[in-house]
Amino acid sequence: MASTRVLILRAPGTNCDHETAYAFARAGARTELVHVNRILENPCLLTNFQVLCLPGGFSYGDDIAAGRILACQIRHHLADAVHDFREAGKLVLGICNGFQVLMKSGLLLDENPDSGPAATLTWNDSGKFEDRWVHLSVDGNQCVFLDQIRVIHLPVAHAEGKFVSRDADTLGSLDQSGQLVLRYSDTAGSWQGQIDFPLNPNGSMSNVAGVCDKTGHVLGMMPHPERFIDPMHHPRWTRRKNADVGDGLRLFQNAVDFFR
Amino acid sequence: MTLWEIDIYPREGQPNLVGEDVAVESMDLGFCAQMTVTAGRGFLIQGRLNASQVEQIAQELLADAVVESTIVAEVGHERLAMPPHNCGQPVHVLPKPGMMDPVAESTMTAIADFEMDVDVVRTLRKYWIDGLDPPQLDLLCKRILANDAIEQVVIGPLDFDRLQLGTPYDFQLIRVPLDELADEDLLRLSQQQQLYLSLVEMQTIQEHYRQLGRDPTDAELETIAQTWSEHCSHKTLAGRIAYRDEKSSLRFENMLKETIFSATQEIRRRLGPNDWCVSVFEDNAGIVRFDDDHHVVFKVETHNHPSALEPYGGANTGIGGVIRDTLGTGLAAKPVCNTDVFCFAPPNTPSAHLPHGVLHPRRVMKGVVAGVRDYGNRMGIPTVNGAIYFDPRYLGNPLVYCGNVGLLPKDKSHKKPHVGDWIVVVGGRTGRDGIHGATFSSTELNSDSESVSGGAVQIGNAITEKMVVDVLLEARSRGLFNAITDCGAGGFSSAVGEMGADVGAEVWLERAPLKYEGLSYTEIWISEAQERMVLSVPPENWDEFVTLCQSEGVEATKLGRFVETGRLRLKYNDVQVADLSMEFLHHGRPPIVRDAVYNPPPTQQLEFPKSIDFQQTLYKILGSLNVASKHWVIRQYDHEVQGGSVIKPLVGVASDGPSDAAVVRPVLSSRRGLIVACGMNPYYGNLDTYHMAASAIDEAVRNCVAVGADPKQIAILDNFCWGNTERPETLGSLVRAAVACRDIALELETPFISGKDSLNNEFTYADAQGVRQTISIPPTLLISALGQIANVATCVTMDLKKAGNVLFQVGLTRDELGGSHFALVESLTGGNVPQVNAARAKKIFAALHQAIQSGLVRACHDLSEGGLALAAAEMAFAGGHGARIDLRKVPSERNIADDHKRRSCLLFSESNSRFLCEVARHNTADFELCFSGLPCAPIGETMDDEFFEIVDSASQMGSDPTVLIRADLASLKQAWQKPLNW
Repeated sequence: MASTRVLILRAPGTNCDHETAYAFARAGARTELVHVNRILENPCLLTNFQVLCLPGGFSYGDDIAAGRILACQIRHHLADAVHDFREAGKLVLGICNGFQVLMKSGLLLDENPDSGPAATLTWNDSGKFEDRWVHLSVDGNQCVFLDQIRVIHLPVAHAEGKFVSRDADTLGSLDQSGQLVLRYSDTAGSWQGQIDFPLNPNGSMSNVAGVCDKTGHVLGMMPHPERFIDPMHHPRWTRRKNADVGDGLRLFQNAVDFFR
Repeated sequence: MTLWEIDIYPREGQPNLVGEDVAVESMDLGFCAQMTVTAGRGFLIQGRLNASQVEQIAQELLADAVVESTIVAEVGHERLAMPPHNCGQPVHVLPKPGMMDPVAESTMTAIADFEMDVDVVRTLRKYWIDGLDPPQLDLLCKRILANDAIEQVVIGPLDFDRLQLGTPYDFQLIRVPLDELADEDLLRLSQQQQLYLSLVEMQTIQEHYRQLGRDPTDAELETIAQTWSEHCSHKTLAGRIAYRDEKSSLRFENMLKETIFSATQEIRRRLGPNDWCVSVFEDNAGIVRFDDDHHVVFKVETHNHPSALEPYGGANTGIGGVIRDTLGTGLAAKPVCNTDVFCFAPPNTPSAHLPHGVLHPRRVMKGVVAGVRDYGNRMGIPTVNGAIYFDPRYLGNPLVYCGNVGLLPKDKSHKKPHVGDWIVVVGGRTGRDGIHGATFSSTELNSDSESVSGGAVQIGNAITEKMVVDVLLEARSRGLFNAITDCGAGGFSSAVGEMGADVGAEVWLERAPLKYEGLSYTEIWISEAQERMVLSVPPENWDEFVTLCQSEGVEATKLGRFVETGRLRLKYNDVQVADLSMEFLHHGRPPIVRDAVYNPPPTQQLEFPKSIDFQQTLYKILGSLNVASKHWVIRQYDHEVQGGSVIKPLVGVASDGPSDAAVVRPVLSSRRGLIVACGMNPYYGNLDTYHMAASAIDEAVRNCVAVGADPKQIAILDNFCWGNTERPETLGSLVRAAVACRDIALELETPFISGKDSLNNEFTYADAQGVRQTISIPPTLLISALGQIANVATCVTMDLKKAGNVLFQVGLTRDELGGSHFALVESLTGGNVPQVNAARAKKIFAALHQAIQSGLVRACHDLSEGGLALAAAEMAFAGGHGARIDLRKVPSERNIADDHKRRSCLLFSESNSRFLCEVARHNTADFELCFSGLPCAPIGETMDDEFFEIVDSASQMGSDPTVLIRADLASLKQAWQKPLNW
């Protein structure tokens, strides 16, 4: 069986590309790191791949706002190519900065021409970058990447990860359509009500940590699944019985298995 | 041509984070209680744009419509002068012209993608302040909103309608007449030109040019000053020193070589075929073996003086610089983790006590942490280890140590430029920033430093450096270059001068890509603009190399050629502007013989108070600044990027206990780990710098061993930060520390592989009476350690794991409370400084490693500041398990009769080479067997409750033991977390 082909998109300031590629490779994928300039030169390159992954980092320094400049480039030059990629039933994953790029490029949530973007990712309530592990729960079963995952423990590391929707109605309809797939939760896995810091590390509305598009094929998430591939990534591995692999690997496995 | 301003504010109902932060900060600094601040960010855009185009840029690129609102107008328009939410007056803060403005650069690139015509962009911050009178507002601007060294403030509407670009440069060759100058004129010239050379050195240069029968050009003089600077040549410590102390007199031809370096040579000789050092004290970083395919490299640098003037930029460029050291080691190592250690004055220093020209230590600390955070995180290099020390003597001269570890393929360890290779500069453009950094860092700071040396302060651009790393690692894999070095202090002068030292070089300065017009040839030559690397590229590889760089948007330029002349020749548009012999440049500096004396202060007994509440003492130590939790700092660093994290800086049941060291796997497919730790004890130096140095080495090594490092393969670095070593006593205290480094390294067989010194760390100012005062930092030696572990699965953390396990103290407690945290919090002076019994330490480290490797140790923590009581308390609250310890069983020197004093020592003494280990009951016999013949005893057990208890049953055999400490874990943790929980 041919292995799933994954394109890991690099841009100036991308910095989680190697470990994300490693995670996909561990899950059995064939991965390639490709600089965004190569895609801009030849958008058809995308057709060679089944999964497009935008990894974490600080694309273009996160200057202006996190993910903004790369998102603009995608809007201006790659909208059609990515549209075709999705129409072909392929998968897109944005992690951390990749999520920020997906949100700001309009690839994740439908945009209303009159009222603008449905939601954004903005500054943490703490006003600063923070690295800590969080408890997450999966809401619904719409997203390919999160198949069979109910709860998972992963690290976040960002300054601009607070999910804010345009208004309450928009938030409600995203919830209704099952797109708010990943939530910061308490240690028991519950995400009812607004969860407090540090369990909700940035003050996200409705404790949203990740969202998918209407098809469930495009996922953006702030937490880093590629940082829990090995059992010894876990902050308390010296205190517990460890599995052979980290829980984050499941997510990459799901993407690879989708094409088998 | 119009100058547009776009102001962006949080939308109604969105948090005003920056504004609130300013208000809180001004309250904390205690100069204004009531004020409201609305903060926005802004962009100035100059170009041929109409209003709708600017509106499009504002909406689609610059602002986030969901959470932000914008005001767009031409500069000077009244709309920009109307407060967005409340009343108040506007304060604009802009980077000074020529200062690095990375966001503006990126914005230019992004606007180009909109196909619009823009000449220049500048960012600004805009604050609307209400409730301050003009003097208060002025103070707010100086203390909080802006830094004069890099930023300009405009109160009220902006008063200009154009952004300045550079002005063209008119070439003029400048010669500096030396021949006629008398000694005092030579010295004046040295000061005025910021050469900071001594009279003898100036005389040597004068004589050299007399023999040549001409005057030097300014570029030649600058090149010599930079090459001979303390920062670049380490002339004091690598020079001749006549040293005497209470025991002996020593004479060194090259002090560093005969102490620290010679210890490494001796260790390598003893190891013979098992020598695991690869390149030491040679390259930009030390290189040691790691696995079958890779070596690892390690370097720690300091960036003290720039951080004193501009903490954010100083720390920013400090970390950026040491990353380039790694990249410039061998044929380019890949940076894999950072370590950062800082020394500040206490953050609660009253503002009124600050001398003129000093930034508040709280602001220094916040700026430094933010600088390291933003650069390290953007580079995608995990910052995994660090420490912060506080002492009032760091007030005007904080210390910022930045370190980096790199991974290097084995066959890429050595480099050599070939004759005929192009000299190529890669990365950032050259600007007027950072002129005279090398010579500036070699002189002491004073209250005028900001105005005199403003050019030595810079802001970094991490993404430029990240792009450089990405292409150079690829170019390395393809074997496209023969040598590489970083462009650090001294700029091209240093990089090309060093790289071509054995060959010769010709440089064409007009080819250097510039940030703006107007730089003279000398400015181009000595600018220390950031994010540049210099490479030696064979002509046949040039096309492939430059294509690779261009494919990722990295600028690469041929700047010259290595030619076999033995000379350094600089040209500007075919006019020769410098012609120096490499021989004179690198070997012409006159040797300086310095006197160094050390008289150890007389040993004083520690005066014990009549009664001490040990429990209160424990709380005080937990809450002392050096010991207190640094989670506010640690969590701002990405310590997990690159996906190799094994032991994080915070560990335990709630991930908030202090780990002794960090462990990372630099090769994701391998189980082999790197361990990073450090040791530093400035307080011990008040008593004896020999034992301070010895203790720092012991601490760095034992921190590594505590998490599982193999003590046979730990490499260490020295970083000396000292006061003015022109004073024989100051130099004496340093030489004494260096001698200790040699002694202890040899005994432990732990080699130093690299090091760096920073001298003249003093701050001079005029006090309220106009009297000249100097604050010298305490002698501060940082030892950084890089350990290795074959399989990270054997690593151990410090948090207690389970009730019912046995606690062992390993190592001997002695009456060593001198310089301790016990003495600090109880305001006691005197006492015995902790010493190192290195022969015993070596055996203890080996035994502990054996125990850890055998899986006998559930938790392990080293005993350092605060001694046994503190280590045990930290283990308990980190693990969420109670503990009960009986002092009667603590392995100690039984020579203290007085109960009170004995208990103080057993609880709080800071004797070296000690650990506290948690061992499962069924493993205790095996554990003790590892330590046969060594001090090791069960002293307590872990409990199934939430209490931490230390008792003493020694003097009341048969009766109930005396309870010295009984505290609940939550209150201990709270005391430890509170002081720096910002």
